[in-house]
Amino acid sequence: MAHVIEATGLIKKFGATTALDGLDLTVHEGEVHGFLGPNGAGKSTTIRVLLGLIRSDGGTVTLLGQDPWKHATELHRQLAYVPGDVVLWPNLTGGEVIDLLGRLRGGIDAGKRDKLLEAFELDPTKQGRSYSKGNRQKVALVAALASDVPLLVLDEPTSGLDPLMEKVFQEHLTQVRAEGRTVLLSSHILSEVETAADRVSIVRAGRIVDSGTLTDLRHLTRTSVTATLTRPVAQTEAAQWPGVDAARQDRERLVLSVESSAVGDVLQRLGSHGIEALICQPPTLEELFLSQYRDAIDPGQKVEEEVSA
Amino acid sequence: MTSLAGTGPLLRLAWRRDRWIILASVLALVATAYGSMAATLDLYPTDAEAAAGAAVMVDNPSLTALYGPLPSATAAGIGVLKTVMMGSLFTAFLAFAIVRRHTRTEEEDGRFELVAAGVVGRRAPLAAAVALASLTVLMTGLLSALSLLGTGVDATGSFALGAVEVVAGLVMTGITAIAVQLTSTTRGAGGIAIGALGLAFVVRAAADTSTGGGRDLAWFSFLGWAQKVSPFGANRLWLLLPAVAATAVLLVVADLLLHRRDVGSGLWAARPGPAHASVGLASPLGLAWRLQRGSLIGWTIGYAVVGLAVGNIAKSVDQIASSPDVEDMLRKMSGGQGSLVDVFFGTELRFLAIGVAAYGIATALRLRSEESAGRAEIVLATPVSRWQWLGSHALIAVLGTLWLLVVVGVSAGLSAGAVSSTGVGDLLPAALATAPAVLVCVGLTILLFGLLPRWSTFGWGLLAVFVLLGELGALLGLPDWAMGLSPFDHLGSLPGGDANAAGLVALVLVALAIGAAGFTTFRRRDLVT
Repeated sequence: MAHVIEATGLIKKFGATTALDGLDLTVHEGEVHGFLGPNGAGKSTTIRVLLGLIRSDGGTVTLLGQDPWKHATELHRQLAYVPGDVVLWPNLTGGEVIDLLGRLRGGIDAGKRDKLLEAFELDPTKQGRSYSKGNRQKVALVAALASDVPLLVLDEPTSGLDPLMEKVFQEHLTQVRAEGRTVLLSSHILSEVETAADRVSIVRAGRIVDSGTLTDLRHLTRTSVTATLTRPVAQTEAAQWPGVDAARQDRERLVLSVESSAVGDVLQRLGSHGIEALICQPPTLEELFLSQYRDAIDPGQKVEEEVSA
Repeated sequence: MTSLAGTGPLLRLAWRRDRWIILASVLALVATAYGSMAATLDLYPTDAEAAAGAAVMVDNPSLTALYGPLPSATAAGIGVLKTVMMGSLFTAFLAFAIVRRHTRTEEEDGRFELVAAGVVGRRAPLAAAVALASLTVLMTGLLSALSLLGTGVDATGSFALGAVEVVAGLVMTGITAIAVQLTSTTRGAGGIAIGALGLAFVVRAAADTSTGGGRDLAWFSFLGWAQKVSPFGANRLWLLLPAVAATAVLLVVADLLLHRRDVGSGLWAARPGPAHASVGLASPLGLAWRLQRGSLIGWTIGYAVVGLAVGNIAKSVDQIASSPDVEDMLRKMSGGQGSLVDVFFGTELRFLAIGVAAYGIATALRLRSEESAGRAEIVLATPVSRWQWLGSHALIAVLGTLWLLVVVGVSAGLSAGAVSSTGVGDLLPAALATAPAVLVCVGLTILLFGLLPRWSTFGWGLLAVFVLLGELGALLGLPDWAMGLSPFDHLGSLPGGDANAAGLVALVLVALAIGAAGFTTFRRRDLVT
């Protein structure tokens, strides 16, 4: 069976700027796939190609086994989309927009709609022009989550939500995954992908620079070890230990960045100096993300995420 | 005064954003004034010839309704006749567009918040917009006057023409300043301001075509003031004073309203709406109708009023024409056939058809504003095909224009029928016979949208070209093929004469072909913001 999303070598140019430069993306059925990248990396452009709103200049792409440019309308029956920047009609209320989008997708579950409105604390009687950014996003989210489709495409869905609402969103995302639906979740907010995603793809300058499960990606990076010792070690000495990438002193604590494979050895060495307190942290996606970008950020290479108006 | 802090930088920002379009518009207005005068002077080299030409115009009700009475029976008076009203209307529209764009549009789009957080006083945006509009209006008046001097005509008259444009532009600046305080939407503010402009035009036209005391009605219309400046006639330059005073009063009212509302809102608060969509809001067509119905209702009311007013003029048409000779000349001049009343209505309906074309273009341009705002993307990511989406808006543009032609044909027919032998049976077919030209304008807009989305608004430019071809083409001695570029050149001569059947069929085919090309090109292109 074909993957839900299968893109190879996607190229998209807007005039002189190259937005997508040979992008590969595979999303399996039933997974939540985190699509990570900084602003302007090409996330929204990729999503627009996947939805058939714009046409790629090269490479191949299939969505649910079909070409999204040729079969956009049929494919849209099977997906719901939340754009990164939700713009509503100023004179339509949120409730009207939710109903409209639901009906355009072939019907809306009224019970589900009302529960979602309650969960997201959204007033459906306000007109589009009076919603804040977060509330506009909620309108699009409620419309998408209330629909009964196998694929959800969410472009930075929580960028305007407060932390409380972000938690509500995470709960619903978990439920969507439990129902076996597939989600493509783009974000530059790494923590939201970290808790929800089965696999992630990291995009930079229009290319995927890494892709895999979080476990796959973690072993590429360092574990952070913070220790308070009874017999302190000089940070210069600790920095010489095999597998230690960097060391620094934070008041009485020693903070080490350690290759994941060498954590055991380092702990033994620390043990011989008498451990009073110890914190071992796997790398967060932030760190993972930074390690992808640390080396090769070329300021001259700027990539547009969207078509500039 | 701190409430005006930041006016200078905002004015420079507005100028920086709009300088080219403002300069182009002003130059177009000046060129029209100059071209019209220069061509007329060529046409009537002697006073006797001018007096003979003027004799026909003085008695022509269709000309009077559109342009007002002839200022004087001289070549310069004839040369300025069309510029007085066209110049007033276009200058007023320019002032309106500038004020609205830098006040309400900025607030509605949320860009103003970015600016408001800086050292910017509460009054600054309105002050900057009013200043830019006023300077533009003054520049238009001054350059128009100087351009006329270049043709060698009398200086007082030349500056009086400048005064005409300044009167209309300044008062419209004040009206728009109020309109943008009243509603929280750009469209709503536009409806109020343009409605006021339309009303001023209708009042003026009704006053000029009535006899006796009815003529004084023109003092209630600011376009009436502009026209009563009467360049190369009475040269009432002093009318600038009441115009400036009225503008000042309007601006004070706008300022009072400004202090009674919050940033982003209007004086009329937005009320909560329905929590559920109505049954009709379930398809792309339902959505397009919901978005466009307000504008169609407004246009319907406006066109019904205009139709009634124009129809009512039928009673004085026969009285105005003084002799059979004049009647005969009028017929030849306008290319019309049948009675003088028929000729009158033929001219008026073709003029009103241009307004309907403007409605059609504005309606079709909704496609582009939906796309550039990102709202098209939301709809097109559902199982709505591009054909359905484009087709919904196109259908409303087509049916809406046909409906407005019916409205004006019926309303003019009803009121004309009450006072003359011309009725709905004559005027409805005549109004509908202009539909093919209107549809070509809609088709061209859709083609632009499909082919060159970022240039869609050039549809307005095409309409302006068609209007100028019709108004000035003959005067400038343009060849037939150039005149024929305007779809309004192929309409035949209803009522009274015959419809140009071949021309109308050809126009419909052209409209269909370019509309279809617009559909196809849109289907094959990327969505662009």
